[in-house]
Amino acid sequence: MAAVTPEVLTSTHVEKMKKKKLPKRYWEETEKTDQSQRRPEEEQGKAGQNQNKSTVKEKSLKRKNGESLEKKDPFPGEAPIPQKQLQKFQRGKKCKVPAGARERLKEAIAISEAMSEHAQKQAARYDLLLPEDAGFLEGDEDEDTNTISQADIADAVDITSGSKYFNLHLSQFGPYRLDYSRTGRNLLVGGKKGHVACIDWQTKDLKCEMNVMETVNDVKWLHTEAMFAVAQKRWLYIYDSKGVELHCVKKFNDVLRMQFLPYHFLLATASATGFLQYLDVSIGKEVAAICTKMGRLDVMAQNPHNAVIHLGHPNGTVSLWSPNQKESLVKMLCHRGAVRSLAVDKTGTYMVTSGLDRKLKVYDIRAFKPLHSCFLPAGASCLSLSQRGLLSAATGEIVQVYQNVLGSNPVSKPYMAHRLRGQIWGLAYCPFEDVLGIGHGEGFTSMIVPGAGEPNFDALDTNPYRSHKQRQEWEVKALLEKVQPELIGLDPGQLSKVDQASFEQRHKEQIEALGFDPLAKDKFKPKTKKKGRSSAGAIEKRKRKVAHEDQRDEIRQSVQERTEREKELKEKSNEKKLGNKSTLDRFRK
Amino acid sequence: MQNENLVQISFFNQLMLVHPRKKQNERSEASVQVSEYFVNAEGTGDKVNLSDLLGTVEKTSGASNKTKKQLRNLQSSKETLELPLNKQQTEKIQRGIAYEKTTAEVSCWKNIILQNQKAEQMVFPLNQESSGPKRVEQVVAGWKVQTPLEQEIFRLLHGSRQPVNDPVLTPVEEQSLKAMSLEEAKIRRAELQKARALQSYYEAKAKREKKIKSKKYHKVQNKAKRKDFLKQFDEMVKTNPEGALEELKKMELSRMEERMSLKHQNSGKWAKSKAIMAKYDDSARKAMQEQLQMNKDLTQKMVVPSDDEHESIEEGLETVPDFVNDPETVIDPVNPWMRGQLTHEEPEVSCVTAEEVQTAEEENEEEEIIGEFERKRKLRQADEEDLIPTEEEQEEEDEEEDVSEFNTLFRLMRSEKTREGSNQTRGGLNTAGEEDEEGLLSEGQIRVRSIEDLEVLDEVVEPRAIEEPSAPQTAAAEATSEPPHKKKREINLKEVLTKEAKAVRLPFLPTVVDEEERDEQISIIKEAFAGDDVISDFIKDKSRQEAAGRPAVVDLTLPGWGEWGGVGLKPPRWKRKRFRIKTAPPPPRQDQKLPDVIISEKRTASVASHQVSQLPFPFQNTAQFESSIRTPIGSTWNTQTVVKNMTKPKVVTKLGAIIEPMVKEDFIKSYYTLVTLKKYCYISCLCSWYCGVAC
Repeated sequence: MAAVTPEVLTSTHVEKMKKKKLPKRYWEETEKTDQSQRRPEEEQGKAGQNQNKSTVKEKSLKRKNGESLEKKDPFPGEAPIPQKQLQKFQRGKKCKVPAGARERLKEAIAISEAMSEHAQKQAARYDLLLPEDAGFLEGDEDEDTNTISQADIADAVDITSGSKYFNLHLSQFGPYRLDYSRTGRNLLVGGKKGHVACIDWQTKDLKCEMNVMETVNDVKWLHTEAMFAVAQKRWLYIYDSKGVELHCVKKFNDVLRMQFLPYHFLLATASATGFLQYLDVSIGKEVAAICTKMGRLDVMAQNPHNAVIHLGHPNGTVSLWSPNQKESLVKMLCHRGAVRSLAVDKTGTYMVTSGLDRKLKVYDIRAFKPLHSCFLPAGASCLSLSQRGLLSAATGEIVQVYQNVLGSNPVSKPYMAHRLRGQIWGLAYCPFEDVLGIGHGEGFTSMIVPGAGEPNFDALDTNPYRSHKQRQEWEVKALLEKVQPELIGLDPGQLSKVDQASFEQRHKEQIEALGFDPLAKDKFKPKTKKKGRSSAGAIEKRKRKVAHEDQRDEIRQSVQERTEREKELKEKSNEKKLGNKSTLDRFRK
Repeated sequence: MQNENLVQISFFNQLMLVHPRKKQNERSEASVQVSEYFVNAEGTGDKVNLSDLLGTVEKTSGASNKTKKQLRNLQSSKETLELPLNKQQTEKIQRGIAYEKTTAEVSCWKNIILQNQKAEQMVFPLNQESSGPKRVEQVVAGWKVQTPLEQEIFRLLHGSRQPVNDPVLTPVEEQSLKAMSLEEAKIRRAELQKARALQSYYEAKAKREKKIKSKKYHKVQNKAKRKDFLKQFDEMVKTNPEGALEELKKMELSRMEERMSLKHQNSGKWAKSKAIMAKYDDSARKAMQEQLQMNKDLTQKMVVPSDDEHESIEEGLETVPDFVNDPETVIDPVNPWMRGQLTHEEPEVSCVTAEEVQTAEEENEEEEIIGEFERKRKLRQADEEDLIPTEEEQEEEDEEEDVSEFNTLFRLMRSEKTREGSNQTRGGLNTAGEEDEEGLLSEGQIRVRSIEDLEVLDEVVEPRAIEEPSAPQTAAAEATSEPPHKKKREINLKEVLTKEAKAVRLPFLPTVVDEEERDEQISIIKEAFAGDDVISDFIKDKSRQEAAGRPAVVDLTLPGWGEWGGVGLKPPRWKRKRFRIKTAPPPPRQDQKLPDVIISEKRTASVASHQVSQLPFPFQNTAQFESSIRTPIGSTWNTQTVVKNMTKPKVVTKLGAIIEPMVKEDFIKSYYTLVTLKKYCYISCLCSWYCGVAC
């Protein structure tokens, strides 16, 4: 390195010399003086490094050719976008302009295509701003990752990450159900025997703790961490983050499981009486109450893609529900025994079910077809899918985490496993964190699962680091952008399609919705006339005149049609006759 | 003088007619009888008639005979003036003319209106000052060059017409911009197209006429042409004396040429052969005579121009606008509308350099070459046909040459486009002295001259961007792929459910299974599998749903009508057949091929109220419309710029600004100033073109 330095120095010197030169003016004579200056430099360059020499020579050659002195951009134009990224933001298929299309149509299509292409490109460009990537646990050779204990992991990682593995020993009021808020900052735990607590689990700051003195079936955060719903023995209660009871919703009784649809502001509840109810938490109204007629509903999940509620039933079926239809959208037979647990992945593509037949099945819920199934010796009582597609299954006292479940090939062994003391009652992955929360008989355990959480968060939607003010702003915006419950359906893109129902069908629906036919003809009402002409008899007479008007019209029409048809037939037969005529017929009179 | 007098008289008459009752007593005039009391004018109240005055004209000796004769004729003529058209007809004609005028006037707005309708965004008021960089002169008023150095520099700069303050455009460029706007260019292009079409028609016509073999026809044709030409010339003498003079000069030139040449002097090959024949053949003699006569005619000096075939033919063809024949001097192949002779419209461009001369020379050279080629071809043809070229044929040939001129010129247009482009670059290198401004121009920034160049730049990038991967839907395909044996309904549902499942090896098997727990589990399992009827229930359920979906058969049979009635009697077959109405079966169920799934066939009417129910205007089918709205415009899915771009308002008005109605000059002239910044590259290419024309 030291030997090279002098040359480097000389080269830098040369460059400095060049830089010192005044910028060339157009009125100056062209570069005769320059060349004389450059000669010694060139020689210097020859003495120096080879590389250096060549570059100088090139430059001089350029000058001799009299080309411009400006530097050329080696990468002209916009930076290219990788096709993979573009593909990621592709929305639907491009529309081709049909041959012989009108000018206006061509323009409309061209404009929309240009717009969508631009949008796609920009989105792909800005994808650069999501730099984080998820990691995974990798074992040594002949070492299974599932044998690595949580304590080892916690020791190996940094202190902050290590602190994410912890246990809460709450053996008195267990077993516990739990729920993380959408941002992943707050944790809500509810013990079966009435203990409810909300915690900022990262700082371990207890927000509120209380005992509702009743059985708690489920707990759920509402749209913000300021409110949560607790399904108690009889009714549904809503508390704020301080533990103050806000509402007791008596319309919702015997609730066993709850799901919150964040973009619709709907709290969906499944009750022991077989009712699926929807509560709009923004206006506090019940949107829909559906009697499923399927018995006790204690297995429930939501599809985050299209906000459809999945319910598992004791007869081994899973049914899909929307608040707009009184019957299930889809009913699929998944297990021979009762369905014990359900989970749907973030993209709405896969559904994982476990049943009493101790099987774990993965379904493609776009096609409603099973992808693969595996047999768990103990059967899974609780299932949960992480943002990045890790599946955790509670088998008795053991929590197993599976990798690459969502695909065509079946799993053989778990990615991670963790043994707990009591029976597991609730499982949930923390959003944007590599953490799995486990509620069990002996309290709560937070487990580190590397590669579980989504590393990039949308700060405008769910920002884990948002301030109080930001939360308020977000709330207003979210309320403004609230999606109406009518739009819930199997296909979330339904809205962008043209309604192709026939007029009759639409009319029928209208009648159903309104309760009367808006297009129906009014009944004939005779005018009141004076001078005794509006007597009851006269009115009856007048009514009788128009009584069969419509019928007459119809009959008239049908008669007309018939005559026309007959005419046609006659003509045809005439033609036939003409065809049979001989050539000599023309002489006949 | 006479005429003038007449006119005056008639005017006087008219005056009298207009004010017939005016008192004329007050006029004081010299008369024979002078009253004491008032001034008297003799013969007051009488009208002065033309005939009265004419009588005196007859007697006066000064008047020329010619006028006298004319006057007499006038008196004796009994012709009455034609009645003017009646009111309705005149109005109709006027309306027709007015309509044409107004349509012409209004139609020039058509383009701009269409453009505005199509525009994604309109900003009012329309002609706003551009917010870009301004010249120093515009910003600083009253600044003067003071020091001698400054003066010198500015003199130099102004002398070479360089962009002193405005870095964007030189004066020459600006002039060129002013010379023609896009609209004008478009109009011009349309004209050119039309002219070219016309030209092709003429060509076709000429060819057709040329093919006619009848000599008599051609004779007659020529005679007619000559006559026509004479007539036109006469007219031209009256209307356009300068043009007539030019014609005369041309004729003079042709006469000179004729005198110089030996064309009609009986000295050619043909003439010699005829001379031999002349002794015996009357017709040959006649032909020779004719040729000599032709020579005489051509060489005669005339006051009234004599006929000339060349010119008559040329005259005939001159109805085609002559700019058609101008070679295209377009350097830039991108702007096909920038063709035609624009240099004539641009008198300011002063510098005519050697280059243009050179090009002109080249043109001539090429024409010569092509002419020669043509001649050779004809010779060959003549050889082939072995014909003696007669006088008529020569004439024909001339005609043909005229036609072929068109063709050659068109070929030239194409060839010169490319050549001049190369000339241009050469000129840039060769320039010296006077031309150095151009050299300097080219030394400035490297401009992207044309849209094509830009595209080339794009193309450099795009191949990298548009590498089509075939990977995308692998995951999806994998997801949707199903075991092949599942496709048919015949597959046993039990098989599906009791399919082999892979057992999973567990790291921690539950070490101790409580007795209690085990019992519980067994009981649960027993309960679960108590009946295998989970499956049969499901199948029943499904068949029930399917049955509900099927349309019911409407039975309208009335028992007892036309037959015996009673308990246990079935209606006869014909009756059942006739009165049971079946409706068309519904489309196949979605879950037809999925044995373990029931999909509800009910339509969700709730979304329908938010959906578009009728296809919007320009779209022809739903797929087009759906694809046009497939990209969301919200900020949730898009970057900020895209959202702004997508949701920008159609009309933007400046607060407090008065929006004046559009003026014609605005959009025709200042179209460029508006678009300058946007389409800089286009302009620069235009400029380069103009410079090419100028130099």
